[in-house]
Amino acid sequence: MNLYYFASPSTFYPLAGKLIPWFAALAFILMTAGLYISFFVAPTDFQQGEGYRIIFIHVPAAWMSMFIYVVMAFWSAIGLAWNTRLSFVMARALAPTGAMFTFVALWTGAFWGKPMWGAWWVWDARLTSELILLFLYVGVMALQAAIDDPRRSDRAGALLNLVGVINVPIIYFSVKWWNTLHQGSSVSLTRAPSMAQTMLWGMLIMALAAWMYTIAVSLARARSLVLERERQTDWARAVLEGKA
Amino acid sequence: MNWESWQAFWAMGGYGLYVWGSFGMTLLCIVGEIGLLRRHRLQVWRRLKRMKSWDPQ
Repeated sequence: MNLYYFASPSTFYPLAGKLIPWFAALAFILMTAGLYISFFVAPTDFQQGEGYRIIFIHVPAAWMSMFIYVVMAFWSAIGLAWNTRLSFVMARALAPTGAMFTFVALWTGAFWGKPMWGAWWVWDARLTSELILLFLYVGVMALQAAIDDPRRSDRAGALLNLVGVINVPIIYFSVKWWNTLHQGSSVSLTRAPSMAQTMLWGMLIMALAAWMYTIAVSLARARSLVLERERQTDWARAVLEGKA
Repeated sequence: MNWESWQAFWAMGGYGLYVWGSFGMTLLCIVGEIGLLRRHRLQVWRRLKRMKSWDPQ
């Protein structure tokens, strides 16, 4: 068995079908645990009171928004390089979820900014670059939807994905490169986190839940896409006839 | 335990609108995405089944 075995849609379809319930269940369990920590275990913040609890969604959503884009660009690059059918499908399947998390990051950011900064929105480097990320997601989806031929549509979308990935480090480092209203990162790989342990754990568990959710949802979307594209093949016909 | 009562829980120390506005919108987005996904899947299935019924093979 080699890597191409899993790259084959006829293997992917049933395998993804088996995996989705597990990832969905994990997402649900982690989310329940994360929410419990967010509201009942994590202490009140000494500066922001209870308002800081938005962090338990805001930070995981912002992480996912960037991470999903990078994964999408990765699949696009693989697809463009080796012309593997499933890579493009994966890239396409991730876009709506990435856009959703970007929107959530922006929305929760606004709902956090209003009480703490006094403004729903400011044209600060972090916020603006995250908004551009949302436009990139929407742009990729719109471009793909506008081209009827699926192969050309895949390639055009993949190219835009790759061009847009430059925005991700800009978002990430924006708080260092520019003077922003947005605070710097509270969690970093190189130094101890500047927050209470339980807050950190709550955030990490919520991030893990978001991961599991993303995997479940994107696999489900990829399944529908792949079935539609492979409708002429024997395995797809067998699936549609209920024989597989 | 952080909360004296349910009322205190919903009030979120005066930040109720912002905290629940954030969590609520996130929930809405997740429910919406799953709903759209279901609909997309059903549409694909229906379309493919219909195409098959026209197909003599």
